[in-house]
Amino acid sequence: MCIAIPGKIVSVVDESTATVDMGGVRRNVNMDLLGGASESVIGKHVLVHVGYAIAEISEEESEETMRLLKQIAGLEEIDTLESESP
Amino acid sequence: MLIIMENGNSSSKPDIPEFEKKLLERIRSSKIPLRIMHVCGTHERTIAKYGLRSVLPDNIEVISGPGCPVCVTPEEDINIAIALAKSGATVITFGDMMRVPGSAESLLDAKSEGADVRMVYSIDDAVALAEKKPELEVVFFGIGFETTVPANAAALLRETPENFSLLTSQKKTPPAIELLARDANVDAFIAPGHVATIIGTKPFEPLAEKGFPVVVSGFEVGDILLGISLLQAQIEEGISRVDNGYPRAVKPEGNQIALKMMEKVFETSDSEWRGIGKIANSGLVLRKEFEEKDAAKKHEDLYASALEEVRKKVGKKDKKRCICAAILTGKAKPSQCPNFGKNCSPKNPAGPCMVSQEGMCYNWFRYSREGGGKLA
Repeated sequence: MCIAIPGKIVSVVDESTATVDMGGVRRNVNMDLLGGASESVIGKHVLVHVGYAIAEISEEESEETMRLLKQIAGLEEIDTLESESP
Repeated sequence: MLIIMENGNSSSKPDIPEFEKKLLERIRSSKIPLRIMHVCGTHERTIAKYGLRSVLPDNIEVISGPGCPVCVTPEEDINIAIALAKSGATVITFGDMMRVPGSAESLLDAKSEGADVRMVYSIDDAVALAEKKPELEVVFFGIGFETTVPANAAALLRETPENFSLLTSQKKTPPAIELLARDANVDAFIAPGHVATIIGTKPFEPLAEKGFPVVVSGFEVGDILLGISLLQAQIEEGISRVDNGYPRAVKPEGNQIALKMMEKVFETSDSEWRGIGKIANSGLVLRKEFEEKDAAKKHEDLYASALEEVRKKVGKKDKKRCICAAILTGKAKPSQCPNFGKNCSPKNPAGPCMVSQEGMCYNWFRYSREGGGKLA
């Protein structure tokens, strides 16, 4: 029930709806819970649950996960990966 | 830069097993006994599917709490949904809900007897059906936690047709977790990540204030290992707080747009949890302004006599032996149930924990009889 699938917004259908690519499967998703759909949302990653985008997956905040990992497990080699990332 | 992204949609491909290996080393280095409860069926699914219990050290025990919405939907709410369908309404719900038994039968049983019961992926599909078929009286059986409730609010805030109504059985998770914290002999909690995308991290703070370390976790193996490590770190430091181990999706303040929509449409009430009982302030019911959308009130006269029959019908299953209630509250494991794997399986479930993909019994049966742990 609380399963949410991540996907990338590929196009906008109308002010409430966007098309999201979820691992190759494209679906129209309601964007009302994230403030609606406009051209500016294209390319963003979202979590989709029962046909609604419920949260944006933030790339910047992925760095926060990195920081936690470094702190907790001493994964210093992540620095290399970070510098190679786009 | 991205790590443990759910579907690898980053162009960088870090060595994920290496992260997990290091996290496991970190987890194994601590000898402090730790009994952790998670409260989300999707966490249980990851733990069972990837056999996490088999790689965790003996001093770490991960148990499953009431994190499966269909498992905690009370029998009486299912009875009402069945009575509505038998009285001529078109009852629509999520697939998981179809086979969960009420007092005696499930919505699927009612469908096989000729009632109009249908499955959808989204509430919007139910609204679309009501628009397309004005001759039907469409009732959406809205079950779920805070992850799902905002969609119901958003749908009702748009204009829905007159022949559409909502039968609510919606629940708030923090009051249930707080109750279990008092009862369940647990040291720390993994809070549900997708619920937290909506409500944020603050509603879990009362738990931390009571001395329980809490971490909000995502759903990949690495996320769960990171969560366990963060809980261990709190225990070692002798502190309790709410750590956000899923910051790529969870903001401390949650999803404010969704919360405001929920607030407009629903209000808090006491609510019955199957297997647990009534929990104060753990339900979300329609506000008075949305009364005409409340299926339980709108159709009360229509289904009253059918409801009596549904309640009285004798069940086919010997439900006395189902220990779902003890499983939902962390007091028993599925493998301790006499029905498990014998006269209770996902194809032929005796109780709600075996029906849903988020039920602990379902996951233990599907992936490993010991929930991804050591075999007895």
